[in-house]
Amino acid sequence: MNAFEYASPATLKEALGLLGNSWSDAAVLAGGTDLLSLMKDHIAEPKRVVNIKGIKELGGITKSGGGLRIGANATVDELMESAAVRAEYPSLVAAARGIDSPQVRNMGTVVGDLCQRPRCWYYRNGFGLLAMKGGKSLVESGQNEFHSIFSSGPAKFVSASSFGPALIALGAKVKIASASGSREVAVADFFKAPTGDGDREIDLKPNEIVTEIVVPAAKGAKNATYEVRNKEGLDWPLATASVVLTMKGANVATAKIVLGHVGPTPVVAADAASSLAGKAINEETATAAGKAAVAGAKPLSDNGYKVQLAAVAVKRALLAAAGKA
Amino acid sequence: MPNYSYPPMEQRRVMGKRITRLDGMEKAAGKAKYNSDVRPKGTIHAVGVFSPHAHARVKSVDTSAAQQAPGFAAVSVVAAPGAEVNWAGQEIAFVAAQTEEQARDCARLIKVEYEALPHLVREENLAKAGSRGKPAGEQVTGDPEAAFSAAGAVTHEAEYGIPVITHCCLEPHGQIVAWDGAANKIEYWPSTQAISAVGGDLAKQLELPATQVHSHQDHIGGGFGSKFQSDLWGAHAAKLSKMAGGKPVKLYLERREELTIAGVRPSVFGKVKLSASASGEMTGWDSTTWMTGGFAGGGLNADLLPYVFRNVANRRINHTAVSTNNGASRAWRAPNHPQVCYITCAAMEDLAAKLKMDPMEFFLKNLDKTPRADTYKAQILKAAEMIAWKQNWKPRGSSTGTVKRGLGLALGTWGGAGHASRCRTTINPDGSVLIEIGSQDLGTGTRTIITQVVAETLGLPMGGITLKLGDNNYPASGASGGSTTVGGVSASSRKASVDALDKLFAAVAPALGVPADQLEAVDSKIQVKGNAAKSMTWKAACAKLGVSAIIAENANDPRNPGGLTTGGVGGCQMADVSVDTETGIVKINKVVAVQDVGLVINPKTSDSQVYGGVIMGICAALMEERVMDEMTGRFLNADMEFYKLAGAGDIGEIEVHMDITPDHDKRGVIGIGEPATVPTIACIANAVANAIGVRVPVLPLTPKNVLNALHNTTRRLA
Ligand SMILES: Cc1cc2nc3c(=O)[nH]c(=O)nc-3n(C[C@H](O)[C@H](O)[C@H](O)COP(=O)(O)OP(=O)(O)OC[C@H]3O[C@@H](n4cnc5c(N)ncnc54)[C@H](O)[C@@H]3O)c2cc1C
Ligand code: SF4
Repeated sequence: MNAFEYASPATLKEALGLLGNSWSDAAVLAGGTDLLSLMKDHIAEPKRVVNIKGIKELGGITKSGGGLRIGANATVDELMESAAVRAEYPSLVAAARGIDSPQVRNMGTVVGDLCQRPRCWYYRNGFGLLAMKGGKSLVESGQNEFHSIFSSGPAKFVSASSFGPALIALGAKVKIASASGSREVAVADFFKAPTGDGDREIDLKPNEIVTEIVVPAAKGAKNATYEVRNKEGLDWPLATASVVLTMKGANVATAKIVLGHVGPTPVVAADAASSLAGKAINEETATAAGKAAVAGAKPLSDNGYKVQLAAVAVKRALLAAAGKA
Repeated sequence: MPNYSYPPMEQRRVMGKRITRLDGMEKAAGKAKYNSDVRPKGTIHAVGVFSPHAHARVKSVDTSAAQQAPGFAAVSVVAAPGAEVNWAGQEIAFVAAQTEEQARDCARLIKVEYEALPHLVREENLAKAGSRGKPAGEQVTGDPEAAFSAAGAVTHEAEYGIPVITHCCLEPHGQIVAWDGAANKIEYWPSTQAISAVGGDLAKQLELPATQVHSHQDHIGGGFGSKFQSDLWGAHAAKLSKMAGGKPVKLYLERREELTIAGVRPSVFGKVKLSASASGEMTGWDSTTWMTGGFAGGGLNADLLPYVFRNVANRRINHTAVSTNNGASRAWRAPNHPQVCYITCAAMEDLAAKLKMDPMEFFLKNLDKTPRADTYKAQILKAAEMIAWKQNWKPRGSSTGTVKRGLGLALGTWGGAGHASRCRTTINPDGSVLIEIGSQDLGTGTRTIITQVVAETLGLPMGGITLKLGDNNYPASGASGGSTTVGGVSASSRKASVDALDKLFAAVAPALGVPADQLEAVDSKIQVKGNAAKSMTWKAACAKLGVSAIIAENANDPRNPGGLTTGGVGGCQMADVSVDTETGIVKINKVVAVQDVGLVINPKTSDSQVYGGVIMGICAALMEERVMDEMTGRFLNADMEFYKLAGAGDIGEIEVHMDITPDHDKRGVIGIGEPATVPTIACIANAVANAIGVRVPVLPLTPKNVLNALHNTTRRLA
């Protein structure tokens, strides 16, 4: 990694003042579980690293009538251990558990999980975010077994965040601060598929800090996340599905289905979700919803198998949410 | 001629006991020092510059900016302008600086210009290899065509493959080395499987006499066959040290280079045709296999096919080694065997399914084509009992439900006779005993078993023995490869200690009033054989030596081991798996391993070797694969993130049965590390085929490959 200037501000205001207008000016450091790897591999080369862990106002997980607030410094482990989260958001707990390394959970933050960069092996080996060579996509013509099955543009990597889909399904928002003020973005809009190598996968500018995530109260909505991972221990999911169901009696009133690790952003399966309205969740309806969720999939040369995995993840998440797993 | 034979089984007090590894606690507590932890005073750090191209000509190497960088100490260029590099990761230069970070900065400042040349990095499609494939020439026995077309013959023809996998040593390859130019002496702390030889290997690279290199190593973090040489990085680290005025240089490979250039296991892909009579008598085998061992084209011994069942009457073997632009292969725990075992046992299981025969019956029926039918028969029956084969086995594909269960089996073999080894035993007048041996403990329990043998021989508790190994000043002992260590070091330490004891007997015989050959050493005493009343304590006996210690040195001579060690073992493993047919995820319920091995010095450490071997086999069966990219020529998953290894949750239950019998015991000591890993991959793959009803032809058994097999979307090899 390159030498860099290190700052450890005590307030958000101070921290914002230390950021720049380009990604190479400064990088925000939370747990560092991703940033340090990026810097070691010279994928990120910030001149200044701004550690936000000392900023008290960014810490903690709090529950109020309005829902759940997850501060930027709240770790994955804090989330997983929070009684409030356990009681209402099994979907988030499952996503947290999937990051199956106590070390990463102890250091990594939930916000950092949303902001982490893709794990695409071309990108991490220095071939650029979109991995183009001579006008050709290395991913398309090369080794793409872990890549996207839902790309319409040039981005063929998958969004690495398991919290993204769960938070989108729950209707969460992120709050973002800059020196000139603050804004709120729905997590669903926070993720975006980049079209240039210099772009980010999230709606964030170099001079901004995500301050917190706000998750609406579940109000009895059933929710679950199902991950397909090859290994029991630490391993990236091959596909995930997060679902939220509100029920009317034994039948679904409204449903949300969001897929993870299958596209450059989390993939919202709106049609599959709406097709569930008025139906009970059982093996048959859940299977049909899974199939519907992957109807638009466009697998690459070597990842057709992920289409089935995504469909199965949806089915199993729905059955889990309905208490039938 | 002294009698070096081991005491009979029932008389052993220390040998044959389940003794916990002597260095286990030290390691578990983090106290053990690996050479990558050693920091002699004044250590500086070196890193490498490696080719990003799979094939290129080096046009220029400019080190001037690096030489101006903070902390710079020395630079050594490997690839001069004009040199051709033949794989990504090939060494271009090494640079040393005061700190590791500075060395990395220096490395990035070394500017190398390349002229990229065409490359080939993937070998699974033999047609694409063209002239880079070197056929080994056909071998034919009998008449395979006639066997295939014989009336009533049932034939099976299919493709199989195992990709290249890497050694994944947790302690990467490397060393600390200090070359004192004035004295022309080198102190060397390598990570090595060959402490007695590796210093000489380094000296040879540096054109020095072997006497000038002093090598030390207490512990090693994995080698698996990849750490025998001093390597290019060893020589350059030494040169950097000399250039830096003799300061110790630490140069260890980074994870990416560790996986890329420090050795891999060759792949094997192939088409197999085999036949049997309707009653299951195997009649013919025809295989066309190919593989890559990297650029230099390290081979695979296809002559082992069909593995274990090699005496099939009609046999045709074709094999091609493909030179690819990849780092060289190195020996990997049981070189050749796991791959040919998979090709053979998978094809046999598939044929058995076609014959509608229980594969266990099919294997049993054909044991006459193996070199040890009786051993294998007993092992198969034992393993079957352990896994409840009769109760649990169902015909292929008849398991119902989403999660399907299946059983599979495979057989293996290996040599494992003891290597050349010298040992020195010193009995001091104060009663202390010192054993010096130029061997190494790879984490297998070498320290423990040598101490057991000596304690047994001298009638002392293990605590009465001080063992020193891991230094080339000690009597030379062989490299730890081929599962040859245990047989070699047990024989040499036994012989040296018997010799030393005989001298002690001679010294005390007059005092006990009997000839020396009437004495024995038991319970820390020297006594007249069978007469505990006429005895002397060990301490009192040693005191008779006056001022001069007894020093005895002896050796294991592999050509004439005198019954202390032999080679040649068989093993049978069976796996019980569950496959989620919706996700393609394979879970190991249980693997049972029955292993014949000769005299077992320590059943606990030998069981551990089998556990380790089975775990490595599980990793390779389920997850391991080097992913090469043809466009960029790069090894895409040269990390521990997408180069996947099984974790504790993935390995299921492993049950080991070591065949400890008086008959096997008479064969002497035989190595166990390698045979234990041979059948694992094949038995798991067979269990998966049995569960899901179709063969997953190319490993590993990942969701991708399993689902492709289930949906019949597996890509043909060629
Ligand atoms: C081996 C491994 C396996 C993993 N497996 C999974 C998995 O299965 N599923 C999954 O979802 N994740 C997984 N992760 C990812 C892990 O969850 C993230 O690395 C972690 O959550 C990131 O948090 P952090 O605080 O360490 O982020 P950092 O590394 O500190 O930051 C990550 C990025 O986000 C930016 N950033 C961080 N916080 C802010 C902020 N408040 N405002 C603006 N920018 C910010 C940083 O600048 C940086 O670019 C895995 C990680 C590893 C190392
Ligand atoms: S081996 Fe285990 S403890 Fe050591 S660094 Fe890796 S994850 Fe951490």
